[in-house]
Amino acid sequence: MKSFVETLRKLWADPMGKIGMVGVFLLLAMAVCAPLIAPYPYDQIGMRFQSPSGEHLFGTDKFGRDIFSRVLYGAQVSIQVGVIAVGIGAVFGYLLGLAAGYFEGVVDRVIMCVMDVLFAFPSILLAIFISAVLGKGIGPTMVAIGIVNIPVFCRTVRAAVISAKGLEYVKNAKSVGVKTWPILVRHISPNVVAPFTVQVTLALSGAILTEATLSFLGMGIQPPSPSWGSMLSEARADMARAPWVALFPLLFIVVTILVFNILGDALRDVLDPKLKV
Amino acid sequence: MKHLLEMRNLSIDLFRGKKLPPVKLVEGVDIDIDKKQNFGVVGESGCGKSITCSTLMGLLSFPLSVGEGSSLRFLREDGTESELTSLSRAEMRKIRGKEISMIFQEPMTALDPMYTIEDQINETLRFHTDMTRAQMHEAALEMLRKVKIPRAAEILKDYPHHLSGGMLQRVMIAIALINNPRLLIADEPTTALDVTIQAQILDLMNDLRESYDTSVIMITHDLGVIAETCEEVAVFYAGQVIEQASVDAIFHEAAHPYTAGLLRSVTSLGGAQKTLYAIRGTVPTAGNFSAGCRFAERCEYCQERCRKEAPPLAVIAPGHTCRCWLHPAQKEGTA
Repeated sequence: MKSFVETLRKLWADPMGKIGMVGVFLLLAMAVCAPLIAPYPYDQIGMRFQSPSGEHLFGTDKFGRDIFSRVLYGAQVSIQVGVIAVGIGAVFGYLLGLAAGYFEGVVDRVIMCVMDVLFAFPSILLAIFISAVLGKGIGPTMVAIGIVNIPVFCRTVRAAVISAKGLEYVKNAKSVGVKTWPILVRHISPNVVAPFTVQVTLALSGAILTEATLSFLGMGIQPPSPSWGSMLSEARADMARAPWVALFPLLFIVVTILVFNILGDALRDVLDPKLKV
Repeated sequence: MKHLLEMRNLSIDLFRGKKLPPVKLVEGVDIDIDKKQNFGVVGESGCGKSITCSTLMGLLSFPLSVGEGSSLRFLREDGTESELTSLSRAEMRKIRGKEISMIFQEPMTALDPMYTIEDQINETLRFHTDMTRAQMHEAALEMLRKVKIPRAAEILKDYPHHLSGGMLQRVMIAIALINNPRLLIADEPTTALDVTIQAQILDLMNDLRESYDTSVIMITHDLGVIAETCEEVAVFYAGQVIEQASVDAIFHEAAHPYTAGLLRSVTSLGGAQKTLYAIRGTVPTAGNFSAGCRFAERCEYCQERCRKEAPPLAVIAPGHTCRCWLHPAQKEGTA
């Protein structure tokens, strides 16, 4: 816990870290407070294609729905999908990576072979394939993106475990008769935390982007649920007439990815002892 | 069984894939360790001395494994004998840290930087005893005092980076001895320490060995350490024991040309030595051993026979064995 606070403080001291933290915090606040901030319900219909004004901050779309409200609710969807999908990927990836790295031999070869097969597909293609199998909607989308994320986590964790396993104090713990689980939890896991945390933030931005892409392609979140990707998709035909319909969801996708990436990079600088001067 | 530990025909295989035969990294090691004996193992880097001792702890991991026909018989605390090579993992875990302990070369890296000294001592106790937290605290405190650590109560709360290398090695010794093991394996315990601390640690180990009735296997490449601590010595070369004798015999009547070479390459203070002697050549890599004596290529006394036939480990004097054609066995078949 102390090291967690310490990490946050170091992150705050770094200019990029500060930008990332503030950005991610604002996005989270936006998503959580969407019902309070949003001037209209996300599916309330009104005048079509109104340009941005005091009444409709980001204008309205082809059904006359308020884009500002929809973008706010869209943040909820994006972050929900991002967090849960990364959660699925991280948990399974962590466990598989731990097993592969620690036990080696057959276990390692079987796990890594499956991971390599998953890795071989371009992630979007794999996500499309999985959501085609599982169906549309928010749940299957989260699972699909989660599965796509497993190999990355698995590899990250496995590498950290293998290097930790060679440490003298891990051998020493074994030589005093400590059992496998306590060794994994007490002595190996702390070495995995740093790369793992960095991977989580980077995977979050990737997951949000994948969700937007899937929704854009019509595989992910279905209308009328407000997802940035599906908003973009719906805006395609009207882009010339009403650029704001596409502009604002796009802007939010870009900014979200950017702040998560900035946070991830800053976190890596803070957590990786090899980069310390 | 009159010995504490009997190694018979111990070999260690390096797995090279299903189609290739495994390479024997260590071969035909027969060593007996008596109760309360201080046994030294010397040899160059990579000669197999450390993995031999990892085998005793059951710590070999893929791609290394114990070769067929190896036997490691260990006399347990309860008086029964156990064959270490065939024990289950759970059984082996009960022995590790309780009946056989190990001290590593680098005390600075052998302790987990995440936990306090007390946590790490407790870890050993927790798996082998049913002590309460308070009892463990007392035991840890007592043990630190025995390894002569000043301010023991404060040190318990410290993290490894707070302590110096010598202190950490004392902590390591405390951890190794806290469960009163019957056998302590010290894998180059003083290599990473400076000379004055080395002497202190060796003295400490000698004292503790006497008060704990523990046998010690001292692995080292430093003949000085052997002379100071051991009673019996085995010299390893390229995965084999090439000479074994009492410390006196090794230092005064070294039989094998390799042992003699090792002794000549030690500098002595104030000696009239001009150039430091070095054994020419390098150790052959495992898997490239010739059919004859493994030392033949580097030996000053190499003859025709040495290149063709591998010499057996022969008894050349009472309690003195040597693997060299220069020293024929005293009595046939006693090796």
